[in-house]
Amino acid sequence: MDNNNILEVKNLKKYFTLRSGFLFQKFTGSVKAVDGVSFHIKEGETFGLVGESGCGKSTTARVILRLTNPTSGCALYNGTDLFKLSRKQMFKVRREIQVIFQDPYASLSPRMTIGDIVGEPLEIHGVGNKGYRRKKVKKLLKVVGLNPEHINRYPHEFSGGQRQRVGVARALALTPKLILCDEPVSALDVSVQAQILNLMSDLQKEFNLTYLFIAHDLSVVKHISNRIGVMYLGKIVEVADSWDLYKKPLHPYTRGLLSAIPIPDPELEKKRKRIILEGDVPSPINPPSGCRFHPRCPNAEEICSKEEPELKNYSKNGNEHLAACFFAGKSF
Amino acid sequence: MSFSENNKILEVKNLKTYFYTDGGIVKAVDGVSFDLKVGETLGIVGETGSGKSVTALSILKLIQQPIGKIVGGEIIFDDKNLLKMSKAELQNLRGNKISMIFQDPMTSLNPVYTISNQIMESITTHRKLNKKEAKKECLKLLEMVGIPEAKNRLGSYPYEFSGGMKQRVMIAMAIANSPSVLIADEPTTALDVTIQAQILELMNELKKKTKSSIIIITHDLGVVAKYAKRVMVMYAGKPVEFSVVDDIYYKPLHPYTIGLMSSIARLDKKQEERLTPIEGSPPSLIDLPKGCVFRKRCKFAVEECRKKYPQFVEIEENHWVACHRAGEFLDGSLSRI
Repeated sequence: MDNNNILEVKNLKKYFTLRSGFLFQKFTGSVKAVDGVSFHIKEGETFGLVGESGCGKSTTARVILRLTNPTSGCALYNGTDLFKLSRKQMFKVRREIQVIFQDPYASLSPRMTIGDIVGEPLEIHGVGNKGYRRKKVKKLLKVVGLNPEHINRYPHEFSGGQRQRVGVARALALTPKLILCDEPVSALDVSVQAQILNLMSDLQKEFNLTYLFIAHDLSVVKHISNRIGVMYLGKIVEVADSWDLYKKPLHPYTRGLLSAIPIPDPELEKKRKRIILEGDVPSPINPPSGCRFHPRCPNAEEICSKEEPELKNYSKNGNEHLAACFFAGKSF
Repeated sequence: MSFSENNKILEVKNLKTYFYTDGGIVKAVDGVSFDLKVGETLGIVGETGSGKSVTALSILKLIQQPIGKIVGGEIIFDDKNLLKMSKAELQNLRGNKISMIFQDPMTSLNPVYTISNQIMESITTHRKLNKKEAKKECLKLLEMVGIPEAKNRLGSYPYEFSGGMKQRVMIAMAIANSPSVLIADEPTTALDVTIQAQILELMNELKKKTKSSIIIITHDLGVVAKYAKRVMVMYAGKPVEFSVVDDIYYKPLHPYTIGLMSSIARLDKKQEERLTPIEGSPPSLIDLPKGCVFRKRCKFAVEECRKKYPQFVEIEENHWVACHRAGEFLDGSLSRI
């Protein structure tokens, strides 16, 4: 693997323990939210992580940021393991790793002006004096397409799209290298979604940013990402360049997911064949044995319920194309 | 049942629903007209606050009073104006001839009643069946909407079901009395894509079986492309374009529709193609701009757009649009880009 990986996540696990009882709490099981996830992100690229609700994509981001502690595994940021850092060291690293949250309504404090919101990271990390910070905030607002004169306004005076711009400005304040974006456009209408997506790709070019882009909408993820990882029930089932993933998906879950998304083109839709996956996503408390997808898989065979397939490279050209399926090689 | 001209089963004419709030009058729906034909699926698309859900709620007169009020228009169903019906007449219609599937299956079911209880309620309200017969009917419905081991699930409570299964229960309830019109308000928005596909396929199959007409309200242009025959696009409480799907997707005549089509991230397009968003954000419904409601975000706006709101006219057969410059798009003298 090449050395320009800005982030390398190896065998990451996050279990949430379940307890019952009031006084003498008993351990009754665990939710395996993230169960052995590995991927890497190269500097300057956008790596997309998709999956349905409960597949562990948001937890992965939260654990990398140490907003919650991992059960095991490691996350190498430029070679240093984030999980081994002390509080103080982590504080320093957070300048370089920032986050944009999903809900622009809940992630901005209603009692702070947008100037204070965008300036807070600068204040916390003690950047410059008050006057300098204010100037910097105005600059940031301009960069994300807001009027710098609105620095004293409150979040409720802005629309959803504008609020998400505030969220982006806050993430940019400390000139980070890596931004984790957790469903940044899911709460927005399509016409506004496109504005934010364009803004994000412009900023990426301008500031040489690396994105981990998490979303459930594969069309959006495919649009912005260079490479995509598909998650199912706490595991990555396929990783590929975004166009390859669309053109020749190897994992039956990816195929089902792609086929479930209707394309806004009536002629094409009439011709498309659909694979409808049966059933629901099983509970992560007690995941199915073997391949976790086997109960819903249209091509499952006996081996699938007994053994767990490894994530292996099936690509013959240089671009890595990983899949965790016993029959991935056949469909390639 | 007798149908008026052209197999129209439902006709909405110049519907106006306003909400009287402390901040002012919100013109949530302001002059919406459309018709629904027997057996067709009609899509209503638009962004948050475009008035699509309020249109649906108005049809069943489910607007919260006294804040909301239907201030004008007609809704003709079976030759009768729904807006002039008595409470009892309406009650007889709701869930019987016209029924609705709501967006959020998690909150639309009553958590303290079993699902069979809730489905049976909608059956026995409109049909004279005894408990045993109603239960049998209920089981039949649950099997129809694909609940596995339906027999054992009759006594289950909503919390024992997943989101997709709850939406199936909602559908069972909606089709319990074989309605002639089914209104689905964002039926799959709260669900994951693979489950969304299951539910939409189910609705489509049931439509074929029961020969009912469906109004599907959504913000997802992909869903509309797949299932609807005709589409109405709404913006700021007003209909801006109405036609068959192919027209709306391949030769849209309203700048808003044109903008919407170019701002979607499409699965089948290479990523190098940059999206063209519509600049700005939708106007406040309390304080709508004079003239065309879209003009502030429209790159084709001219002086005329500021002066008066364009009429919603049939510019070519079955293609309705509200734009002063639609004619220019139509004859090709104005490029859509």
